[in-house]
Amino acid sequence: MAVLCLAETANGTLALDATAKAVSAGAKLGDVTLLVCGPAAAGDEAAKIAGVAKVLVAEDAAYANGLAENIADLIVSLAGDYAHIIAPATTTGKNVLPRVAALLDVMVISDVIEVVDGDTFKRPVYAGNAVQTVKSTDATKVISFRTSTFDAAADGGSAAVESVAGAGDKGLSAFVEDKVVESDRPELTSAKVIVSGGRGVGSEESFAIIEALADKLGAAVGASRAAVDSGFAPNDQQVGQTGKVVAPELYIACGISGAIQHLAGMKDSKVIVAINKDEEAPIFQVADFGLVADLFDAVPELTSKL
Amino acid sequence: MKVLVPVKRVIDYNVKVKVKADGTGVDLANVKMSMNPFDEISVEEAIRLKEAGVASEVVVVSIGEKKSTDTIRNALAMGADRGILVTEDQGVDIEPLAVAKILAKVVEEEAPELVILGKQAIDNDMNATGQMLAALLGWGQATFASEVKIEEGKAVVTREVDGGLQTISVNLPAIVTTDLRLNEPRYASLPNIMKAKKKPLDEKTAADYGVDTTPRLNVVTTEEPAGREAGIKVGSVDELIAKLKEGGLV
Repeated sequence: MAVLCLAETANGTLALDATAKAVSAGAKLGDVTLLVCGPAAAGDEAAKIAGVAKVLVAEDAAYANGLAENIADLIVSLAGDYAHIIAPATTTGKNVLPRVAALLDVMVISDVIEVVDGDTFKRPVYAGNAVQTVKSTDATKVISFRTSTFDAAADGGSAAVESVAGAGDKGLSAFVEDKVVESDRPELTSAKVIVSGGRGVGSEESFAIIEALADKLGAAVGASRAAVDSGFAPNDQQVGQTGKVVAPELYIACGISGAIQHLAGMKDSKVIVAINKDEEAPIFQVADFGLVADLFDAVPELTSKL
Repeated sequence: MKVLVPVKRVIDYNVKVKVKADGTGVDLANVKMSMNPFDEISVEEAIRLKEAGVASEVVVVSIGEKKSTDTIRNALAMGADRGILVTEDQGVDIEPLAVAKILAKVVEEEAPELVILGKQAIDNDMNATGQMLAALLGWGQATFASEVKIEEGKAVVTREVDGGLQTISVNLPAIVTTDLRLNEPRYASLPNIMKAKKKPLDEKTAADYGVDTTPRLNVVTTEEPAGREAGIKVGSVDELIAKLKEGGLV
């Protein structure tokens, strides 16, 4: 049966990594049709993802800014042809899919990490401290996939691109502005290396030593909830149960104690390094390499010696 | 303007969850339960709207077993005006779709102009009820809010999104779901805890609203996630670099 996947777009461009990961998850369920809410160029790029059967492009201002009401109606208007409606578990996917599911009178299945079969999926619950296998009894399955657990589909596809039109703007909500953090660093959820800072970093200014190490390694910068709450780092850098879930090759946690909510967002990293002056910090229980040291000494030293 | 705030009784966020050995679920016996942290933020936001003279009444509603009364009393002690308990005790978590259907009926009765919900419950981590309720009501939704301003007929909401922050405006009545940075919830004072015991609390059942709460997702098994062994401690930065080089990581 066919799969409809909402492609991730940002500022009129395709977010390739998240979309390609959702495509590879969706390919386990059937032929994937990608719905791109954005300009034709984004649709053309989406068509190059291997394994995509067809691309539908909805080029309408009503769909350009991720407004859930408009996009959900568009998806529902297309839903009849599909057994599975999926998206990457980004903030857009999580905003739109439950609305789609309720309109179809089905349950949403969020943050799926494994496809068992067409009806059965694994997903983490309780901040990742348990994994549930759930079997859906609904006719249409609406699923968001946790991108950190799926490899991106390769490029080399050449799917047909069609345009679709929906009812347009429902007028329930309106876009005002985006405050997007501009950065030359890699994107957090697709980075191979992440350097993260926690409460121990102490201030926004001191976060510069985390950033310096990240830049030396070509890494993305992450943060614990405590660091974001304290204003040391912006919200889009938060790693954890309710922030971003990451699984890089190397995760370096500096001044992060390791609350279960933070571990939920990074414990699938291949190698974890922890630098913390408290040798009892729970982060050491998941770290491959732990260094008990003051981060203000150790992090600059690491940066200078690498 | 009346504000409705749904609250959920969940395992306390400090408790390390243990999975039952037979795979039937997690062990909730004798475990500390609390209000879902995101719902505390929702209650706080509603109370602040009332204190600012924007909201006229704050009504909290909880759906679940009888013990959810404690969660409602907690919200009343924070400053909400009255509570509604919808008892539904099927021994399993009630799915967001069923919760949203019950809440839609409560909204029909109460006619609030704003419903503020936590963006997710920290037990099932589904992140769905607010969006589903908005769909069932045909209302606009502003999810993952870090700032809420009520203007003429509108809520202007700044949302925490993957790339940073997005501001949208939604027509009232509307659904708002709260993210971590919206506010810091207050603690209930002892006198307010005492006062809360006298605040009105209605009791209903899911059947009163004619909502079928049969789960759509059958939980086949609940397992421990793949464990992670603690590694080694290194004595110095130099040793750390040597280990990382050994692994080809730097």
